[in-house]
Amino acid sequence: MKTYDIVIVGGGPAGLAAAVAAKEAGNDSILILERDHELGGILNQCIHNGFGLHTFKEELTGPEYAYRFIKQVLDLGIEYKLNTMVMDIAKDKTVTAMNREDGMFQIPAKAVILAMGCRERPRGALNIPGYRPAGIFSAGTAQRLVNIEGYMPGREVVILGSGDIGLIMARRMTLEGAKVKVVAELMPYSGGLKRNIVQCLDDYGIPLKLSHTVVDIEGKEHVTAVTIAEVGPDRKPIPGTEERYTCDTLLLSCGLIPENELSRAAGVNMSPVTSGPVVNESLETNIPGVFACGNVLHVHDLVDYVSEEAKRAGQNAVKYINDGCKEAEGDNIIELVATEGARYTVPSTINVGRMDDLLTVRFRVGDVYKNSFVSVYFDDERVMHNQKRIIAPGEMEQILLRKSQLQEHAGLKKITVKIEKE
Amino acid sequence: MMYDVIVIGAGVSGCAIARELSRYEINACVLEKCEDVCEGTSKANSAIVHAGFDADEGSLMAKLNVRGNEMMDQLSKDLDIPFKRNGSMVVCIHKDALGGLQELYDRGVKNGVKGLKILTKEETLEMEPNLSDNVEGALYAPTGGIICPFELTIAMAENANVNGVEFRFNTRVEDIKKDADGFWHLRTNNGEYTAKYVVNAAGVYADKIHNMVSEDKMHIIERRGDYCLLDKQVGDYVSHTIFPQPTKYGKGVLVTPTVHGNLLVGPTAIDIENKEGTATTAFGLDELQAKASENVKNLPMRNVITSFAGLRAHLERHEFVIEEVKDAPHFIDVAGIESPGLSASPAIGEMVGGMLKEKMNLTEKKNFISTRKGITRTEGLSVDEMNALIKKNPAYGTIVCRCESITEGEILDAIHRPLGARSLDGVKRRTRAGMGRCQAGFCSPRTMEILNRELGLSYEEITKSGGRSRIVIERTKGEV
Repeated sequence: MKTYDIVIVGGGPAGLAAAVAAKEAGNDSILILERDHELGGILNQCIHNGFGLHTFKEELTGPEYAYRFIKQVLDLGIEYKLNTMVMDIAKDKTVTAMNREDGMFQIPAKAVILAMGCRERPRGALNIPGYRPAGIFSAGTAQRLVNIEGYMPGREVVILGSGDIGLIMARRMTLEGAKVKVVAELMPYSGGLKRNIVQCLDDYGIPLKLSHTVVDIEGKEHVTAVTIAEVGPDRKPIPGTEERYTCDTLLLSCGLIPENELSRAAGVNMSPVTSGPVVNESLETNIPGVFACGNVLHVHDLVDYVSEEAKRAGQNAVKYINDGCKEAEGDNIIELVATEGARYTVPSTINVGRMDDLLTVRFRVGDVYKNSFVSVYFDDERVMHNQKRIIAPGEMEQILLRKSQLQEHAGLKKITVKIEKE
Repeated sequence: MMYDVIVIGAGVSGCAIARELSRYEINACVLEKCEDVCEGTSKANSAIVHAGFDADEGSLMAKLNVRGNEMMDQLSKDLDIPFKRNGSMVVCIHKDALGGLQELYDRGVKNGVKGLKILTKEETLEMEPNLSDNVEGALYAPTGGIICPFELTIAMAENANVNGVEFRFNTRVEDIKKDADGFWHLRTNNGEYTAKYVVNAAGVYADKIHNMVSEDKMHIIERRGDYCLLDKQVGDYVSHTIFPQPTKYGKGVLVTPTVHGNLLVGPTAIDIENKEGTATTAFGLDELQAKASENVKNLPMRNVITSFAGLRAHLERHEFVIEEVKDAPHFIDVAGIESPGLSASPAIGEMVGGMLKEKMNLTEKKNFISTRKGITRTEGLSVDEMNALIKKNPAYGTIVCRCESITEGEILDAIHRPLGARSLDGVKRRTRAGMGRCQAGFCSPRTMEILNRELGLSYEEITKSGGRSRIVIERTKGEV
């Protein structure tokens, strides 16, 4: 088997953008490993529009957006293998993968970019009581059946969870002639983008019931009805609020989980908040030369941000190799802390010597905040205080840090991101 | 077609009996109302092989449990199924209940259970550091084990089938009559079957079947048990099967590793009167967590990947009923097979096989095939071993289920072997594809593609587990 400098695990939007950036940064020894039978990842089943507003200043469908990057990969002659599953990533960055043609093979890589994406939280993990019949799908599985395989799972639909895929599927199923009766959301706010609530539910008169959950699933062989109930502040169902909906399909859009089994086995340190790797300013994990980007790092709502993040991972992988594959030096490591409303930051640490002139720090909040401030503290000094009309868990936030600004604060140990009322 | 013996029910008892019968020159058939074997109580239980100290001394339950446990080593070798003697512990958390452990110990010794030992608090915690700080001691049974109930049932059925026993699926027995010549006529939704002997191994329906032929009515109580299955990430949270001290409702909520490396918590015990009532309830799932947490501390319930419920076929007298029905000669009940039914199943097969051998004067087959080769597993194979396999059959190079690392080769094997899989659950129970942490979200469409290609089933015909459990209903509008 040929050896490569950079092995990219996953040929979705993150892997593609990382590959293109690495190639453009001057590395010619790149291999993308993709488990599906084409490049593009989950975008291939996202046939709705709304992608690329930031990156391309136009509204593309998922496959169109993916193709912009696939075309670059092809034009640049970047190598890739399809139908190939990565089985293991060793701490020394030997990647073990498998497919029909090559069998099981191992590639000792200088740098590995983790771009495996995420998976959906299944029914079982939600502890929804009731029967376990056919007709219960995670929204993404239903999306694949409808958009790729071309089959309808059912005609009368209840959706639990207001994640973006659930909202998109509410519209998709409606357009395909199904009746979407209700979308129930456990939390008092939606987990999806505001624009999706407007365009996928409101426009079709589909009710969104916040602070509601499924308390029973009927039907031994196939779903025949679903009962939802309102939940109290403790998120436990309130007796007497049950509403029964006859239906043949229950879709679940209750959260995405970064797919990090390979990372964990490799010894990558994980964040309990994001379920993704802990990374530094270079998007590098605790294993030097192993980088992470896209939904495997933390779940994004816009693919544009995935591409941008992945580009940096690709560039940094090349930089790592060009610098002689050495562990990052420098004692000026600044810790990033998310607190008081902010749940996490990506990255978690900054080595000022290695950072770009402008560094994007992304984070999410844990609740809905109205007319509040995103504040940034350098140690105890507040250096940023931006008021926002609304800050919500469903929309990723970001702040920009200038290298010059950090250099001016000699001895800076800690940068804190928090949400303040005033 | 006249059969020598018809077995009603392809659960673990029915399949164990079928395999024993297949040793003889006999014309036998198993009738099963579902589309596959192992669809009732056999598929939703604790998946453990009990040591045998629970049942009363002298009871059939005790005898068959201990005998079944003994048989498991050889059987698992012969049928190529995973079985592990991980040992079990009955944990005592109240000082004043320590006497109960002694009682169980004494009963176990009388039942013939080997190696029992009462452990001190320190010994217990040393063996299982994640047990509650309130632990006062435990009864340790080294012969307790864990097994995959699907594979056990499927393997016995396959082996019976290879040795000539027929299986008729989607065939529900609706009425049974005896004719003037003493032959049984079984009316089903799939035509009539006749037999000289009938074995009623119908699980929770055994009372219904029994009552078709006997005036001495039987009543089975469906005792529901809810379970939670946890991710393999926490599969070693305990290494032994951890029981609380038993109550009149049974052996209580246990916490155990499974033979495939998950952690299983359950069951509750709720008497219902519904033979299909396998819906879990919020109450039941909450109770599970509360009860299990009495013995195991900080139980990682956030790692639950699925929950399910099973029904125990409970008889008021709490005893296995394995006998010829008094007012219905040539009709044998195998009823009330609740826990430890799975553990006892090989012994149940042996006992019923022996009864019929004697009654029918059966002669042993010369060409009985006693072993069965399971599905070739790729898990744990070295790179060279994998490559040898892929070279022989490239399908082993394609992973279909990413969570459990199941290849297309394994799924093809499951579909094309005797009594092969025909549904998503059929594939799942034979290969584990879809049994992992994403619960088939990723592999379902891919497995459907394989079922479509290999069996010629249209997408609309593919089911989760037979009957009305279709996955998709029609083409989308865009298709012509």
